[in-house]
Amino acid sequence: MKKLLLYCFAVLVCKIASAQETFPVNGVQDIRPGLYAFTNATIVISPDQSIKNGTLLVKDRLIETVGPGVSIPKGYIVVDLKGKYIYPGLIDAYTTYGLPEAPRAALGSFTRGAVTPVSTKPGAYGWNESIKPEMNVRSIFHADATKSVDLKKNGFGAVQSLIHDGIARGTSLVVTLGDERDNFVILSDEAAANYSFSKGTAATNYPSSLMGSIALLRQTYLDGQWYKTQKEEVNLSLAEFNREQTLPQIFEAADPLNVLRADKIAKEFGKQYIFKTDGQEYRRLDAMKATGSSFIIPLTFPEAFDVEDPLQARTISYEQLKDWELAPNNPALLEKAGIRFAITSYGLTNARDFWTNLRTAMDHGLSEKQALRSLTEIPAEMLGVADKIGTLEKGKMANFIITSDSLFKKDNIIYENWIEGRQYIVSRVEAANLAGVYNLAGDGLAGIILRVTGKPGAYELNVQRTGADSVRARGTFTRTGDMINLYFDLKNKPAGSIRLSGYISSVSPITLYGNAVLPDGTATNWTATYTGPPVLTPDRTVVAKPNLTAGPVMYPFAAYGNTELPTVENTLFKNATVWTNEKDGILKNTDVLIENGKIKAIGKNLPAGNAKVIDATGKHITAGIVDEHSHIAVTGGVNEGTQAVTSEVRIGDVLDSEDINLYRQLAGGVTTSHILHGSANPIGGQTMLIKHRWGVLPEQMKFEGADGFIKFALGENVKQSNWNLTPGPNTRFPQTRMGVEQVYVDAFNRAKEYKAARAVKGNHVRRDLELDALVEILDNKRFITCHSYVQSELNMLMHVADSMGFHINTFTHVLEGYKVADKMKARNIAGSTFSDWWAYKMEVGDAIPYNGKIMNEMGVVTAFNSDDEEMARRLNQEAGKGVTYGHMSEEEALKLVTLNPAKMLHVDNRVGSLKPGKDADLVVWSADPLSIYAVAEKTYVDGIPYWDIEKDAAKQKALKADEGRIIQKMIEAKNKGEATQRPAAGGRRRPSYECDTIEDGAYVVADSYNGMLNK
Amino acid sequence: MKKILIAGWLLLSAVLTYAQATISPAKPQSHLIIITGATIHIGNGQVISNGYIAFDKGKITAIGEGAAPNTSRAEIINATGKQVYPGFICPVTTLGLIEVEEGARGTEDNSETGTLNPNVRSIVAYNTDSKVIPTVRSNGILLAQPTPDGGILSGQSSVVQLDAWNWEDAAYKTDIALHLTWPVIRTGGRRRPPAAAGAGQETPEETKQKALDGIENLFTQAKAYSEIQPAVINLRFEAMKGLFTGTKKLFINADGAREIIEAVNFAKKLGMQAVIVGGKESYLVTNILKQNNVPVIIRETQTLPARDEDDVYLPYKLPKILQDAGVLYGLTGIGFWRQRNLPFEAGQAVSYGLTKEQALSMITMNNAKILGIDKTTGTLETGKDANLFISGGDALDMITLDVQAAFIQGRNINLDNLHKELYKKYVDKYGLKAE
Repeated sequence: MKKLLLYCFAVLVCKIASAQETFPVNGVQDIRPGLYAFTNATIVISPDQSIKNGTLLVKDRLIETVGPGVSIPKGYIVVDLKGKYIYPGLIDAYTTYGLPEAPRAALGSFTRGAVTPVSTKPGAYGWNESIKPEMNVRSIFHADATKSVDLKKNGFGAVQSLIHDGIARGTSLVVTLGDERDNFVILSDEAAANYSFSKGTAATNYPSSLMGSIALLRQTYLDGQWYKTQKEEVNLSLAEFNREQTLPQIFEAADPLNVLRADKIAKEFGKQYIFKTDGQEYRRLDAMKATGSSFIIPLTFPEAFDVEDPLQARTISYEQLKDWELAPNNPALLEKAGIRFAITSYGLTNARDFWTNLRTAMDHGLSEKQALRSLTEIPAEMLGVADKIGTLEKGKMANFIITSDSLFKKDNIIYENWIEGRQYIVSRVEAANLAGVYNLAGDGLAGIILRVTGKPGAYELNVQRTGADSVRARGTFTRTGDMINLYFDLKNKPAGSIRLSGYISSVSPITLYGNAVLPDGTATNWTATYTGPPVLTPDRTVVAKPNLTAGPVMYPFAAYGNTELPTVENTLFKNATVWTNEKDGILKNTDVLIENGKIKAIGKNLPAGNAKVIDATGKHITAGIVDEHSHIAVTGGVNEGTQAVTSEVRIGDVLDSEDINLYRQLAGGVTTSHILHGSANPIGGQTMLIKHRWGVLPEQMKFEGADGFIKFALGENVKQSNWNLTPGPNTRFPQTRMGVEQVYVDAFNRAKEYKAARAVKGNHVRRDLELDALVEILDNKRFITCHSYVQSELNMLMHVADSMGFHINTFTHVLEGYKVADKMKARNIAGSTFSDWWAYKMEVGDAIPYNGKIMNEMGVVTAFNSDDEEMARRLNQEAGKGVTYGHMSEEEALKLVTLNPAKMLHVDNRVGSLKPGKDADLVVWSADPLSIYAVAEKTYVDGIPYWDIEKDAAKQKALKADEGRIIQKMIEAKNKGEATQRPAAGGRRRPSYECDTIEDGAYVVADSYNGMLNK
Repeated sequence: MKKILIAGWLLLSAVLTYAQATISPAKPQSHLIIITGATIHIGNGQVISNGYIAFDKGKITAIGEGAAPNTSRAEIINATGKQVYPGFICPVTTLGLIEVEEGARGTEDNSETGTLNPNVRSIVAYNTDSKVIPTVRSNGILLAQPTPDGGILSGQSSVVQLDAWNWEDAAYKTDIALHLTWPVIRTGGRRRPPAAAGAGQETPEETKQKALDGIENLFTQAKAYSEIQPAVINLRFEAMKGLFTGTKKLFINADGAREIIEAVNFAKKLGMQAVIVGGKESYLVTNILKQNNVPVIIRETQTLPARDEDDVYLPYKLPKILQDAGVLYGLTGIGFWRQRNLPFEAGQAVSYGLTKEQALSMITMNNAKILGIDKTTGTLETGKDANLFISGGDALDMITLDVQAAFIQGRNINLDNLHKELYKKYVDKYGLKAE
């Protein structure tokens, strides 16, 4: 048994014991025992258990024994770790280690209009390249010593490695970071199945939007179920997809809203995802907790912005300011909320930031125990390798790190990272910190005192000679392993460099011994003996305790969000002009009482009871405005225009509760909006009716119990006529109005055949979400709103509907509705139009502002819509144009934006007029609501005052104050030397989805489908 | 003395139910016309209730309160209970330059290729036969400034009156301004994060600086050129001469506070009369605008705030902020067909601080001043052109706007338009009652 100063075994590493059973050996076999005993260390076995003065015995790859008082058998290399710590090797639950860079060529090669409708990948795989469960990391993984360096330096010993490309991404591995043959580093060759909403490099056109990604994933689950029951085809993608269902399912979803979207799919199919996020759970912590999921979070905290230039600083959004302040709190908040999470280093631009940021998170309240758990036990359990790694227990992999101190302390140094019983040196471990005061002895060296300060690796040397020739000088002190070099120049007696080399001859007390060369060239021996610690100069690097207080989270996470959600206010509005939209018409000097979210009574001199009383003298009260055609509050693209028929996609999957336009439109009296798919294809996606409940989750915005609708579209947009395409085979069908008709005839034929087949064969017929939606239309369970302009196409669709046996609920835009109003009336088709838009393209050349008037007069249920996030907030004025053009009565005109759209959306039993029992969705106006001079002073949804012009003033003030506070904090942070970033003009605002389409790079690569006109 | 009761446009269209092609420009004013009993909005803030206004040979000859002076031989229009306004003026528009916004490139004459086109002139492309123009003027817009756009220096604009056989007739004041788009720093967009500047790659600031250098170089050279008799004619510099002699203004499209400051200073340095067009953030830099007498043409009030953090109603409040700061401000709108909403764009500011008469001035007197046509129009004052209209009610509000008669240089113009004709056509088809 030999006692070693801890030293480097690195030279041995790649030679040890790596004889692989099946591999022939060139030369003599070289199998080594690999027996180590690490003694006298504080061993942290797990976050919950540690032992002092413990011993860890390693036998080859495994931990043989761990505990106090372990006797060391012969043959063990003993490493004395007195004063040091041993921790389990850390596990990074989310990396692409050992994988080739994902090819990006497919992205660049995609040109607008180019058609790749189905996969061109050879083999019996699925139709869509973004669903590639057949990808297995195990078949392409290759250990990469250079790539593993950063991870190992940070203390990681094992990682999950996954393919970061596509929606279904196949299976991942858990590997150690050993520098060995691939066969040895794999701990689990199928650790998890991975998913995301991003199609990645797939060249298949579909999906081009987030809702398309969601629909595709949903359909894939159904296809998987169907595949088990069929015998007609071999589909390796589906076979693999099914096979992988037993693995942990990991889903990459950047923000909380995407987590909720993915979780919804999970719940639909009885799955539970583990979420890898961007670490913004604090935005919706309760909802994250409610998913019941585990998380993998990064430590990618945003840098402070340069805010010195106030004009430039205006480009920084409130969300960015808040994110900067709140992000470092995320791990602590998750811990406090009791959410199980692993921490990954993934996403850090610089691997060195890992520990800095982890410690920042701990400054913000993350406990050591949780930090360790999130880097060891939890990822091990998540990935199904808890029997092999994660804790230092007998029989587990000898994956551990040796540290100078408690792992999470600021000045801790990771010395060594042992992986599968092999040493990897991070920082040279030293017998002791050599800092101290030494008396130097030797010929010509007497009376010299060495003061060694600093830290291992960065020592500083000050030299002092006392007595008659007293002198002070600075010198250089370096240590390489146990070897020491130092030199200094005393300037006088003697002048010139004195150079000393030597080694650590004893550690108790520390004694250095070696040879010196004096300036005159004479050589002598020297000894330096430790006499005590150096007098510490105050550490100037210690900065004042950072300001850790963070402002409150607001709901939604946006400017004008609520720190407290508003609640129902039972209110009596006194003495208003009340536009009932009912038989009573417009009532003067009338009261409205709302209670528990409903209208309780309308009349004169109503008793207030417990209700708050608002004097509405001189004010007008109307029902909240209903916008039949809107594209606000949508994320990840509003068009899935890659196919002519996409009835499977659902706007309801991609609602964005954080869109400022929800609030801005409340300020224009809008309470209900029908959020539509765009108009890029004849049969677009399913729509969603929402209420403007500013602050709630997307699911809670949905208008409860409302009938489902779907967007159809005709004309220039669907035939892509303004895309400047060269007609030819490489364009998506249809390119003419002739083709548009055939799309409908074909789609409904298929739907009928499908319905008939399902009726006979049940689930043996593949369930098709696209056709399901069309069958719903045939069954009068889903209703059409069809983007349309000219009378020829209006007639065409009416003809198709008549002959195929379905009903058109609404023609939207319908600018030539006045030409076919009689036919619409005969078929009970509603018309939702613009008040006065025209001339913006060829097909609106005959659009007239009297359209609404004529349709209304003809008995068509008529509405004015916005299709525009600006116009939506003054739809009352658009209704007023019904008076300008054609002199509609004001009472009738108001119905164009309230009761009539409510009727066409089948929710007039709930909203659209003021009547006891209906929802308390109402607006208090300063003047005649149709007038340009009317201001929406208060807007209620479900009896909750979501907009109040006076409260808004207070909100503005609070917003400015909070921005100012955070900006001050950023300036302080910058002054302390924190890294900063420039504000990027325009780099933040959400895209506007009226004429514009798609986007949010995270999911969508098919930019070419952006920018489709919707009007 | 002939008395005409104005019964609304329908009376006109009943008489003139022809196709668009026959909406002819009116004949020159042949006799004195006096409108009586009206509420007259002068355009400068003053209102005369129960007033009269007389005009002859295209010019306003008298205006005042109460009964009109000697009215023999005059055509009297009794406008009791009605409102008289100066014709609205629509600056910086593509009216008459574009017929169809998308999908019909043949109808687009607003944007020349290339970046520096000071010599191109919008007046020659102005299409008096556009079907859009009658739909705009029937809402009271009687003058417009068809304006080129695109590139950096887009060309020259003129002011036209909206009732003409051809552009020569239409020309009200030609080649009054050049139109410059001030460069902005483009650091990425919503779609793509800003690309990290690689070696040899321009930063967004450098790109902007380059554009600025190009502009400064061009204008400096143009100024020097304007002082000599050059041997070789440079059409670009010829077109720019007026900027330095004071006959042309430089309209600069700029929305950001930084860009506005830069633009104002640039114009000052070269001694040019600048007008800021857009001016979204002009409220942040009112001092420099006022000190340098640089007016702003607000692009729109009915628009969204630029930033989520901004006051929800900020664009509605912008005119009031400029009013209070003493900055001269006018207003336009987007595009061409939408200009029929100009009165509403103005009215929008009223509940957010402006008085109704201030809102009216914004699209009459102020626009006229900024365009340099205030000597002849923009207000209802003796000696000025009789550019005015009669509305049944408040013309800035959609529920009361009702243009019943309009006069351009005294000519009683036809208020029919394509939309009214199609309305009539289908009212007839269905046997409905048109109101």
